[in-house]
Amino acid sequence: MSRPVSRPLRVTANVIGVIAFVIAAFPVYWMVNSSFLDRNEIRSPVPTWVPFGGDLDNFRTVFEGDQFFNAMKISLMVTLLTIVVALAFAFVAAVALSRFRFRGRMSFIVTLLIIQMIPVEGLFISQYKMLETMDLLNTVVGLSLVYVSLVLPFTIWTLRGFVAGVPYELEEAAMMDGCSRTQAFFRITFPLLAPGLVATGVFGFIQAWNEFTLALVVMTREDQRTLPLWLSTFTDVNRGTDWGGIMAGSTLIAVPVIIFFLIVQGRMVSGLTSGAVKG
Amino acid sequence: MTDQIVGKAPRARRTPLPYLLLIPAVVALAVALGYPLVRQVILSFQDFGLAQQFGKPPEWVGIDNYRDLITDPYLWRVTLRSLVFCLVNAAATMIIGVGLALLMRHMAKGVRLLLQTGLLLAWAMPVVASLTVWQWLFDTQYGVVNYLLTEIGLDYAGHSWLLKPMSFFFVATVIVVWMSVPFVAFTVYAALTQVSEDMEEAAEIDGAGPLQRLRHIVLPSIRPVLLVVGLLQVIWDLRVFTQIYILQQAGGSTRDTNLLGTYIYRLGIGGGKFGMAAAVAIFMLFLTVVLTAPYVRSMLKQEGED
Repeated sequence: MSRPVSRPLRVTANVIGVIAFVIAAFPVYWMVNSSFLDRNEIRSPVPTWVPFGGDLDNFRTVFEGDQFFNAMKISLMVTLLTIVVALAFAFVAAVALSRFRFRGRMSFIVTLLIIQMIPVEGLFISQYKMLETMDLLNTVVGLSLVYVSLVLPFTIWTLRGFVAGVPYELEEAAMMDGCSRTQAFFRITFPLLAPGLVATGVFGFIQAWNEFTLALVVMTREDQRTLPLWLSTFTDVNRGTDWGGIMAGSTLIAVPVIIFFLIVQGRMVSGLTSGAVKG
Repeated sequence: MTDQIVGKAPRARRTPLPYLLLIPAVVALAVALGYPLVRQVILSFQDFGLAQQFGKPPEWVGIDNYRDLITDPYLWRVTLRSLVFCLVNAAATMIIGVGLALLMRHMAKGVRLLLQTGLLLAWAMPVVASLTVWQWLFDTQYGVVNYLLTEIGLDYAGHSWLLKPMSFFFVATVIVVWMSVPFVAFTVYAALTQVSEDMEEAAEIDGAGPLQRLRHIVLPSIRPVLLVVGLLQVIWDLRVFTQIYILQQAGGSTRDTNLLGTYIYRLGIGGGKFGMAAAVAIFMLFLTVVLTAPYVRSMLKQEGED
């Protein structure tokens, strides 16, 4: 990687690198910047590039009324329910897949991969009809049900990598020292899995937290909106009038997600690759 | 490799335990995906409209829905539009992502870190938040894009980006590509760090130029990763929904900008024609299979070779 390459190539690479950085990062910066600007600065023919002298008025606008907090409550309930159920189901499935050899194991894994490829848009009509029959439209349980199926395949896939990453010899050694198989698993392997479980959980959390399409289909009533739905209607209603408020709302939704994402991103990559390599 | 690891686990005691452990996941997937899929196939053969929504029993119409669709030029327009959008976006994402990954190897360490930070930020942005920001950037009156274009002497003051379909899709493409490039760049860069340096060096000593080395050594060694990432891009860009839907709400002409996902939504949830919408959805699933089959086959073949 460090072999000498021609100077023009290095210079070109660096210039393109800086330009690409600006394009990648500017929208994120612009969201935060605009969220601090007041109406006159937003509606000025020359953009205000840095929020010097900005204030928190836009955030106050967002917090007025209970729409934001109501949406946050719904989002939190749906996401937590989804993650708890998906992690529990995925965890036992991952143990089965990586600690046992049984008929149908490979076909289950292949099925998971195929399910990953099914577009949500190809199924949401009948999912809507199903939830309608079950009387679960506009309910936290209904949305969580379709979310679990959305995050489950990926969660199983990743956890399988983490479980396979803990050597079975450790459990064997504990069993020689007199532990039962179950005890060995929960005393030895489980603690070593904790970081993997947390990372996978956070990743699923982000997915469910950001999800828009299914929320739009399932939550048709205004008082059952999740945060992404709330934000999207915020744009509708105030189009062209209150970009500062919209950017404040976006910032509030995005910043926690970005922080979470930066924390788990590295670990997820290692979990994914160990899942891919260690079968 | 599979056998090696699993082989160490207790084998073949014919215990039902692994099956018991899989039950919760299987049941959840069967209820939330399997059952709707079956029901959708049934629905697509029924006349299920607003009257049925209010209690009238659905009527079997055989392949009528499919016949109506196939003879409707609008479906083919939407399909063609979706395919072109998918391929343009997937190609642009792959070219920019792989290009950045290749260039990252030659950047100064500081520049590389800077770029990686920027890409991580873009990657981490929630989709709806990035859509609002891009709408703001492309805003007709006070958007930065119009400001900058006007500053360099073009006539973009007060230009409305979402009004014309082509321009609408240009904005959608910018957003989709911006959101998708980081994943490609990071994954491919990770694969590039595994490419054997010895081989590259040997090729260089034998007189291979940078482009030849790229073509004969670097790209072949990351081929499996390129295949998977490319496949994911095609799948993701064929099903793009949120970006189109939200931009439509912001002022695009719905009829001229529908892709398959938004078409199904507007037909079914919006218009109450559930039977027809189900038929389009089945068509979309079929299209996904057709588009990805060659990829999947080539991936499976590679697995077999390993």
